[in-house]
Amino acid sequence: MRPGVRATTYSAVLAIGLLATVAGAATVGPESISYLVVAKALLNATPVPVGVSIEGGLGLVLAHPFAFEVPQTSELIVVRLRAPRIVLAAVVGFALAAAGTVMQGFFRNPMADPSIVGVSSGAALGAVAAITAPSAIAVVTGLLGVPAVVGVQTAAFVGAIVAAFLVYAIATEGGRTPVATLLLAGVAVQTFLGAIVSFLIIHSGDSIRRAMYWLMGDLNNASWGDVSVAAPVVLVLFAVLLPFARDLNVLLLGEEDAQTLGIEVERTKRLLLAIGSVVTAAAVAVAGIIGFVGLVVPHVVRLVVGPDHRVLLPTSALAGGIFLVASDTLARWTAATLPVGVVTAAVGAPFFLFLLRRREVHEL
Amino acid sequence: MIRVDDLSVSLGDTPVLDDVSMAVDDGELVGLVGANGAGKTTLLRVLSGVLAPDSGVVTVGGDAVGSLGARERSRRIAVVPQDTTLNFDFSVRDVVAMGRTPHRGRFERASSEDADAVESAMERTTVTEFADTSIRAVSGGERQRVVLARALAQEAPVLLLDEPTASLDVNHQIRTLDLVADLVAEGRTAVAAIHDLSLAARYCDRLVVLADGDVVASGPPERVLDRSTVGDAFDADAAVVADPITGTPAVTPLSSPNRPLDATVHVVGTGSDAGSAIATLAAAGATVTAGPVPAGDAAATAATGVDAAVVTVPPFEDVPVHARGHVREHVASADVTVLAGTVHDRALTVLPDETAVVATDTAVFHGDGERAESIETIESVALADADDHATAPDASDGEPRNASSWFDERAVQLSTLAQRTDGLMEDVTDAVSDGVTDDD
Repeated sequence: MRPGVRATTYSAVLAIGLLATVAGAATVGPESISYLVVAKALLNATPVPVGVSIEGGLGLVLAHPFAFEVPQTSELIVVRLRAPRIVLAAVVGFALAAAGTVMQGFFRNPMADPSIVGVSSGAALGAVAAITAPSAIAVVTGLLGVPAVVGVQTAAFVGAIVAAFLVYAIATEGGRTPVATLLLAGVAVQTFLGAIVSFLIIHSGDSIRRAMYWLMGDLNNASWGDVSVAAPVVLVLFAVLLPFARDLNVLLLGEEDAQTLGIEVERTKRLLLAIGSVVTAAAVAVAGIIGFVGLVVPHVVRLVVGPDHRVLLPTSALAGGIFLVASDTLARWTAATLPVGVVTAAVGAPFFLFLLRRREVHEL
Repeated sequence: MIRVDDLSVSLGDTPVLDDVSMAVDDGELVGLVGANGAGKTTLLRVLSGVLAPDSGVVTVGGDAVGSLGARERSRRIAVVPQDTTLNFDFSVRDVVAMGRTPHRGRFERASSEDADAVESAMERTTVTEFADTSIRAVSGGERQRVVLARALAQEAPVLLLDEPTASLDVNHQIRTLDLVADLVAEGRTAVAAIHDLSLAARYCDRLVVLADGDVVASGPPERVLDRSTVGDAFDADAAVVADPITGTPAVTPLSSPNRPLDATVHVVGTGSDAGSAIATLAAAGATVTAGPVPAGDAAATAATGVDAAVVTVPPFEDVPVHARGHVREHVASADVTVLAGTVHDRALTVLPDETAVVATDTAVFHGDGERAESIETIESVALADADDHATAPDASDGEPRNASSWFDERAVQLSTLAQRTDGLMEDVTDAVSDGVTDDD
C-alpha cells in the first residue's frame, strides 16, 4: 500500500478512535451521563465555520448548526465542565506525541522526547517563577517594559522558547548544529534550569502545592480559553510539519547522505527544531509537564505502522491524543485531584518496560 | 565534467588534502587509489559538496559545487557512501525510493517515472528479490547494493563511489564494477575510490594516485601502476604483472622478508614456484635476474612484475645461442644461482662450469633423462667442493635413468653444501624457503 493511502487509512481510524475516546471520557464523572446525551451535547457545542468575515480583521464566521434536545444540567456538565479538560488533553497529547516523533527522528535517538532541547525545563522555570515569585517576574517584565501582569502560562511559554533558543545557540557554530552537541547542550541546560526550579520550590512557602501540580502536569484548571490558544498553534504548526515527513525519513539515513539526496540539512533541522519546540511549548504552557507521552507513544505507534514519518507523524499524534484523554479520564476517575502526569508515567513506564523486555522497542 | 583546482582541506588541525588539482571528463571512469588516510574519502566528500574546502574550487558541469543548492547538486551528483546508517525498519524499496527525493517537490506524489526509476535501479543492482525485506534484515553486501540502487534511482549524470566493493563477495565485486562500467558507457561520469588496485586497473579508464593528500600520479592504469609508484604511494613492495586473463595490470603485494638481502641472485626454473622465489628475493632487496625462461611462463611474468632482468626463450626449444650468452653473463655477475620450481634439463645445459648453485626445496627436475651431459655438468660444478660421497649417475651405461630422483638426491646435497659455505648462501636459502612457506 502506498504511504499516502496507509497514512489516510490509519489516521481515519485513529481520528474516529479519538472522537470516540473524547465522547467516552465525557460520560465519566461523579454524574454518569449516557453516551448518546454526551454525543448530542458535544455536537450542539461544535462550531462549524461557514464563511469568512473581513470586518474588524480577517476571521471565520462560525455557526452552531445542531440543536438536539438535551437536559440542561447534562449539557452544562459536559460542555462547560468536562469538555474543555478533555479536548485540552486531546490537543496536548496530540502536540506532545507529534513533537516527540519529530525529535526522535531528528536526533535519530530512541531516548529523545519533546523536552530534549530544554523546552520543558524552560517552561518549568517560567511557570514556577510566576507561581512562587511573581515579584521577580515583575522585575524582569519591568526591565523589558512589558505589562507587569504575566500569567503562569505566558511565563511558561516564554521560558520554554527562551530555553530552546539558548540550547540551539550554544550548540551552533559556524552555521552548523551537530545533533550530538545539541543533545548534550540540552541536557546541561535542563540540569541548570532544574537547579533554579528546585531552589525556587524550596523557598516557595504556601505556593509549593500549586508549583508541584504544575510540574507534574495538571489539567484540573483547563478552560475553553486554554483550548482556543493551544489548539490553533498546535494544529497550524502540525500542518506545516506534515510536508516535512519525507525529509525526516531521509534524515534518518544520516545528515551527509540526506544532503547528497537534496535535503538542505541545516535549514531543515532548524525548522523542525523550531516547530517541535513551539508545539511542545504550547502544550506545556497550558498543561504543565506531562512526561512520557512524547517518548512512549511514537515508539508504540512505530511498532504498528513502521518508521515512515508520512504515516508515523499523523498516527502518532492522534494516538497521543487518545492516550492522554484516556490517562486524564483515569486521573479524574481515581481521584479528582490526581495530576495527569502521574498517571501517564505510572501507566506508560511499565508498559514501555514490557515492550522493551519483549525486544519490540529497541531502536527507531 | 568535474574540475578540481588547487583544493586544500583540513579536518580539525590536520591537513588532509594539499593543493589537489584534477579533472574528470564526461563519460570517464576514474579510480581514486591510495593508502588509508591518503585523502580519498575526503576528496569525494568535497566533490559531492558535503564538505566545504578551505581553499580551491570544485566545479561540476561548469558550476561551483559550493554555489549549488542541495537539491540541484543532488540532481547532478549521486553518492554511494562507504557506510550508511540504516538502523530502522524501512523496506529496501523505501530506501531506494529515497533516491528520488531531489526529483519530487515537497507536495508532489511519487509519479510513475519515480516508480520506474526505483524498479529499474533495483533490477540493475539485483536487489529486486528482497525489495520488500527490511533493510535491517539484509546482509552487509546486499545493503551496499541497496545504497548503490538508491544512487542509481537518483539518475544523476555524475556518480561518486567510496569503496563500492568493500564488503562484497568476488561475484558481486565484479558485477558491481561491471554495472558502474556500463553506466559510464551509457554516458555517466564516475569517480570511485577503490582499494583493490587490480580491480581499479581493470575497470577504470584512468587512475589518480593519492598519497599524503596529494596527487602523485595520474593516467591510464598501465602507465600509472608500476612497482615504484605503488611502492611510494603505499609504502609496500608489490609485483605488478599483466593479468593473464584481463591483460590489465594486476598488483600483488609481497610479504616483507625477515632479513634484507643485499646480493645479486640469478634464478633458474619455471612455473609459479620459480616466480614466487623471484618475487621473494626481489622483495628482500636482492638484485634478481632470471632465465632461461620460456616466454609467457609464470616465472617470466613474475620477473617482469618485480622489474627483474629475465632471459626469455622460445618454449619447447633448445636455448638459442645468444640467450645462452645472456644467461651466462647473469650467472657470472650473480653472487649465487638459485634453482627453483620446475627446472628443465635444457636450462641446466646453459649454466657454465664452476657455478655455485642453491636448490630450493621446491626445485623439481624435469626432462627426458637423455641429456646426460648437462647433468654431468651440474654434478661437476656443484659437487666440486663437496665430499665425494654422492654416487654420480653413470652416464655411459646406456640404461635409462630416473632423472628426477637423481635430482632430488642432488638437491639435498646441494643444500647441504650451501649451508657449509658462506652466510650469503644461508640468507638465500632462508629467504627463498621462508617466502615459499609464507605464500603457502
